Amino acid sequence: MSKQEFTVTVYTENQIGLLNRIAIIFSRRKINIESLNTSPSEVEGIHRFTIVINEVEEVVKKLARQIEKQVEVLKAYYNTNEEIVWQELAMYKVPTDEIAEKVKVERLLREYGARAVVIRKDYTIFETTGQREETDKLISVLEPYGLIEFVRSARVAIIKASSGFHEKLKEFEQTEPGEEVIENEFLDKQDEVFTM
Amino acid sequence: MSSTIEMAPKKIQTKDKATSLSGSQAVLEAFLAEGVDTIFGYPGGAIMPIYDALYDYQERLNHILVRHEQGGIHAAQGYARTSGRTGVVFATSGPGATNLVTGLADAMIDSTPLVCITGQVFAHLLGTDAFQETDVINITTPVTKWNYQVTDATEIPSVLAKAFYIAKSGRPGPVLIDITKNAQIQKFDYEGYEKCNHIRSYRPKPIVRKEYVEQAAKMINEAERPFVIFGQGVILGKAETEFLKFIEKAGIPTAWTILGESAIPTDHPLAVGMLGMHGNYGPNVLTNECDVLIAIGMRFDDRVTGRLDKYARQAKVIHLDIDPAEIDKNVKSAVPVWGDCKETLPLLTELIAPKVYPQWLQKFREYQQQEEETCINPELNPTSDEMTMGEVIRTLNELTGGDAVIVTDVGQHQMVACRYAKFTQSKSNVTSGGLGTMGFALPAAVGAKFGAPSRTVVAIIGDGGFQMTLQELGTIMQFDVDVKILILNNQFLGMVRQWQQLFHDKRYSFVNITSPDFVQVAKGYRIEGNSISERDKLKAAVKTMLDHKGAYLLEVMVGKENNVFPMVPQGCSVAEIRLK
Repeated sequence: MSKQEFTVTVYTENQIGLLNRIAIIFSRRKINIESLNTSPSEVEGIHRFTIVINEVEEVVKKLARQIEKQVEVLKAYYNTNEEIVWQELAMYKVPTDEIAEKVKVERLLREYGARAVVIRKDYTIFETTGQREETDKLISVLEPYGLIEFVRSARVAIIKASSGFHEKLKEFEQTEPGEEVIENEFLDKQDEVFTM
Repeated sequence: MSSTIEMAPKKIQTKDKATSLSGSQAVLEAFLAEGVDTIFGYPGGAIMPIYDALYDYQERLNHILVRHEQGGIHAAQGYARTSGRTGVVFATSGPGATNLVTGLADAMIDSTPLVCITGQVFAHLLGTDAFQETDVINITTPVTKWNYQVTDATEIPSVLAKAFYIAKSGRPGPVLIDITKNAQIQKFDYEGYEKCNHIRSYRPKPIVRKEYVEQAAKMINEAERPFVIFGQGVILGKAETEFLKFIEKAGIPTAWTILGESAIPTDHPLAVGMLGMHGNYGPNVLTNECDVLIAIGMRFDDRVTGRLDKYARQAKVIHLDIDPAEIDKNVKSAVPVWGDCKETLPLLTELIAPKVYPQWLQKFREYQQQEEETCINPELNPTSDEMTMGEVIRTLNELTGGDAVIVTDVGQHQMVACRYAKFTQSKSNVTSGGLGTMGFALPAAVGAKFGAPSRTVVAIIGDGGFQMTLQELGTIMQFDVDVKILILNNQFLGMVRQWQQLFHDKRYSFVNITSPDFVQVAKGYRIEGNSISERDKLKAAVKTMLDHKGAYLLEVMVGKENNVFPMVPQGCSVAEIRLK
């Protein structure tokens, strides 16, 4: 089994420190996180993590179980790239003069699905969304014209086969009775032990 | 770590018109509501409001002042392991809290339910490197089942209810609640305590899948050489009776992991001994000959499996566990039975046919015979004048009838004790299994006695481990804790020396440890004691220890360079276990 890109999707409570708990599951096994996105999901109070790693499936499966074991994690899924639709957002800052003079901006926007977010005298910011190779292409086009700054977001992904989380959430909301704590049989015999 | 040096807060956050309870009182009210009777702890600056409140609760909550926070948490572990309840610990911020880390890691890996309360600096000082401030939540995240920082007293009832629920339910584990000093002082309108029995995102017990139980039963019914291996899950699930019914109907030879030991009587007709690196010969070798391996409440630790690629490759594995993450983690199962074994075992027992496997069981007995001749007999009936650890344990068995709680530290004595001790009842073997924490036994024995006050508690400790936490003799002295301390002194860090002998050409690098006069040390703590080195004094000395009213320390000088065998050398298959 060889390593490949996997996207781990995690639904969690919105809780301080949980990011650390989840990150530790990867770091203690010396697994690098290629990309991590966390933000509120469509359900209030529930956050969604999208984590990209390169690993073999056997390991990813175990990781998903370890993540799901955390008290504040509702559900963890893992998927190959074939099983998801994903996008990254990229922003490019370039000198306005250069770009206006030397590039056919109109064509560039059309070809790469980019759009201008900010146009100032000194610089222009374009943005585009797409998969890595798509957003990379625009870097190579803009670089000769003095790319000033580039930023790319973490991956966001939707699982093709999933039927949404709303239904699943209802199951989680159900109140289940917890186990009763068995009373200490020695509770009434404290005099035999304590001298204070 | 105690300290009273404290910066005055600029402003203590309090709720308007709040009068009823302080955060500290709410903590103690939560304890009462959860049925806590004993707290182990050590005060300090940042937890002082809780200790102040405790002053008024002394009649209802017994607090045991330990001598070091590590001692406190190990005591709470010992308490939890013998009582089957949740252990409770107090520590202050900074060094107090960091001293808990070893115990947290130990409890985490051994699935021990604990609720630890640490004090924290005022909320407005968080992140300022204030006096005795450490980021306790981040430090303890990898070694807790759950942790949480409280900065507002109103959270305390619900957070503590969650803490107790999480610690105890499902696969148990340690929980740490860090409470800032302002939250401890803050008054708020207390609306009573409500126990927690559900958390939306937390599934303590997986839903039992009947089809897997059916598949497992079919596999067991068709097996020719089935073998049951079990761990602490049987004890934690309080499923001892269900487990016995299962193996007795199935008639399958049964072996335990170190933490599973005592769940069934050691002399049960189907018991074939202990698994693992220093386990018994038969169960280790025959793991690689069985056709169906039924693993119950155990997690295939590497000390049990040896080399994984040569572990039970011929067997179909049925794995019963409450923690879905354990299924297929180390050993791939043919049939996973997720669930609490108290629920799954009766379902399985119902579906299996009553059977016996006389020839298969006989194979275990044959290996047992070989082990008797090569290892057990020389250990229990040595020809040299030097005493062996094994004969000390045998004497203890004879005098206690197997009814004592035995708390062991880590090293050769631990392996010998677990190999040779006899147990008649569950929750009797308390040891640091997964983490291998030297210094565990003395404080854990203190806690074990509070957890099971009517039972004899014997701490068996090596000369090395004893010196790691011997300050807890002070706790024993102050609270008259009736524990028997049996030091097996071989004047070496014995297990490391054994490895150096076998795998490092006898290069005994820093394993020769000089010890004080332990009996004199005990006397300094007003604890009676004795030291012996001759065999003919052994039985009388152990009897004196057991008959003594109150704590007693007995040091037995044993052979310096004895080894624990059998042994599965690291990196070898369980079938390659060495008898000598």
